[in-house]
Amino acid sequence: MSERVAVRKTYKLFIGGKFPRSESGRSYLVQSANVSLASRKDARDAVVAARAAVKGWAGATAYNRGQILYRVAEMLEGRREQFVALGVPADEVDAAIDRWVWYAGWSDKLSQVYGGANPVAGPYFNLSAPEPTGVVAVAAPEEPALLGLVSVIAPAIVTGNTVVVAASPAAPLAAVTLAEVLATSDLPGGVVNILTGRLTETVPTLAAHMDVNAIDLTGVADAELAADLEIKAAENLKRVLRPAPADHDWYADPGITRMTTLLETKTVWHPKGV
Amino acid sequence: MFEYAPAPESRSVVDIKPSYGLFVDGAFVDPASGGSFKSVNPASEEVLAEIAEAGADDVDRAVRAARTAYEKVWGPMPGRDRAKYLFRIARLIQERSRELAVLESLDNGKPIKESRDVDLPLVAAHFFYYAGWADKLPHAGFGPDPKPLGVAAQVIPWNFPLLMLAWKIAPALAAGNTVVLKPAETTPLTALLFAEICQQADLPAGVVNIVTGAGDTGRALVEHPGVDKVAFTGSTEVGRAIARSVAGTRKKLTLELGGKAANIVFDDAPIDQAVEGIVNGIFFNQGHVCCAGSRLLVQESVADRVLESLKRRMAQLRVGDPLDKNTDIGAINSAEQLTRIRELSDAGSAEGAERWSPPCELPERGFWFAPTIFTGVTQAHRIAREEIFGPVLSVLTFRTPAEAVEKANNTPYGLSAGIWTDKGSRILWLADRLRAGVVWANTFNKFDPTSPFGGYKESGYGREGGRHGLEGYLNV
Repeated sequence: MSERVAVRKTYKLFIGGKFPRSESGRSYLVQSANVSLASRKDARDAVVAARAAVKGWAGATAYNRGQILYRVAEMLEGRREQFVALGVPADEVDAAIDRWVWYAGWSDKLSQVYGGANPVAGPYFNLSAPEPTGVVAVAAPEEPALLGLVSVIAPAIVTGNTVVVAASPAAPLAAVTLAEVLATSDLPGGVVNILTGRLTETVPTLAAHMDVNAIDLTGVADAELAADLEIKAAENLKRVLRPAPADHDWYADPGITRMTTLLETKTVWHPKGV
Repeated sequence: MFEYAPAPESRSVVDIKPSYGLFVDGAFVDPASGGSFKSVNPASEEVLAEIAEAGADDVDRAVRAARTAYEKVWGPMPGRDRAKYLFRIARLIQERSRELAVLESLDNGKPIKESRDVDLPLVAAHFFYYAGWADKLPHAGFGPDPKPLGVAAQVIPWNFPLLMLAWKIAPALAAGNTVVLKPAETTPLTALLFAEICQQADLPAGVVNIVTGAGDTGRALVEHPGVDKVAFTGSTEVGRAIARSVAGTRKKLTLELGGKAANIVFDDAPIDQAVEGIVNGIFFNQGHVCCAGSRLLVQESVADRVLESLKRRMAQLRVGDPLDKNTDIGAINSAEQLTRIRELSDAGSAEGAERWSPPCELPERGFWFAPTIFTGVTQAHRIAREEIFGPVLSVLTFRTPAEAVEKANNTPYGLSAGIWTDKGSRILWLADRLRAGVVWANTFNKFDPTSPFGGYKESGYGREGGRHGLEGYLNV
């Protein structure tokens, strides 16, 4: 009996909940697979998809967002072996699953921790609460390919932002496979959009895009490129998360700065009286 | 209309020196270059004093003084002692509040009743508020051991000179940073009097440094490699340039920039209260307010009634001598700003909006602009899009709440917004949808040291005031 011929997978982009090839028709050979080489146009399309998803996702209840992030953890747990087969160390997969669970729990707590009533000196009700900034562009860290990626996506979306992520160019298979997890986790299409290819091609477009509200430069290792992207981001005053130090410990407690940098604080006043 | 006899506040309480040096390392010093500029009273064009102009060398000297003070004195000092210095400063401000208020009105042109009743109480309150944080930082919610950043470069505008100084210096010092602050070139005097207050408080030398000058001085300060933090309040254009200049550095940045706030009036709002809110929203401080309610969005069904009432109210506004206690609207801060207000107002007329001002006698000398409203404004008009920063209101109408949200958010800015309606659920529905950092419902232009202030979108980032205001000065 002959050995079964395996069915191979085509690794594509993840935009608006769908898996298109790059509009440019290009791919690049990496990790023994032909992976879509995203173009500037793909980056712009991803921003359109992310913007379209903001209203529904930011408007969803915090409870609902938490449920969906937890569902991502469940789906990832089920596909544990698949990531291991891609070369992701088992303890990294476990840490990535646990990170989804950790962030899932933040959805309905951060407003209480980061907002609150302000005791103003007058007869006014005064309340500050955080809100998502909108569309966030993210340059994912080169490595760890899965834990790093999850650690930049989850804090952005748990509060109601939508993201366009440029995945690690050298190890994109974990990113595309994570997209398959997200697509089966009740996450609305467009909340997470993933581009594979060269950072130098997609990220400058995202940094200069006038409909992007914030940029996370975590994965930009080249200091000169990072500075140039920050300059581009200044055009519409994007909120900026600067590159992570090379020795950043992705397994440590992430803290809340990743979430709070991508939030706006809104303060509402109303007089008290009869 | 009632006739009011003049009720001028006395100038005798202030003692303006003929010239002022830079405040560096605890002492007033002459600038290296010897350059200077004049600060004038915008209500009379009288020269108030000759002010030293800091060059790059002076800025460097100030930053080094701040660094030394940070490393040797202020950084290692226990929080409870930093708190006591800040409490001392707050008390000194209260004790000298009349002097500061009069000086502010002389240098800035704002009515004495505003500098006396709004600016100064808020300045003192701000120092009191942050004084109390200095020894409680581990409880502020930023982790168990938040640390200061180091030297903060702070550049402030001319519209609320002393209040903006307080918003910058109080949280920076409470968090354990030292500062180099540049006041606006048209309003340096209260900052220099504040420097004297620091001396009177025996604040250690170098903790607060004040460098006076114009744009070049500010640029030298924010671009200085020795600063760890940049905080700026001013125009979006300059804010953008600063964001570019700190790119690729370690400097933490907060920006509080321009605005074009919508003040939304629904048909069920109490009209008289709403009209007071509209007037306060746009004519407070001559409209030199980044969060001014400069776009009135009024529901179509009550537009005529609101406008009629608004015009009647505007006719009662007293424009004139800032030191007169009856004055509602003082002088425009500078000839340059007056030119900008005139240019944009002319563009409003040229683009087809209808202009109206009450009959209003303006003083002959000084810089003045009558309170003005434009009706028939469309969203494409420059006066609906650009920040005028003067007593000029653009009136637009809407029919449905959804349309009000659409129009209110149709701006690159996102600093503030106002809502006037009797329906609570509508306030909360609308407040959720307005992309603005401060939403005033059935009130406007209220400020408090405990209440975070700052913008969405191109109105900047970071918050000043409250617990949130500490974040920009800590390594979190």
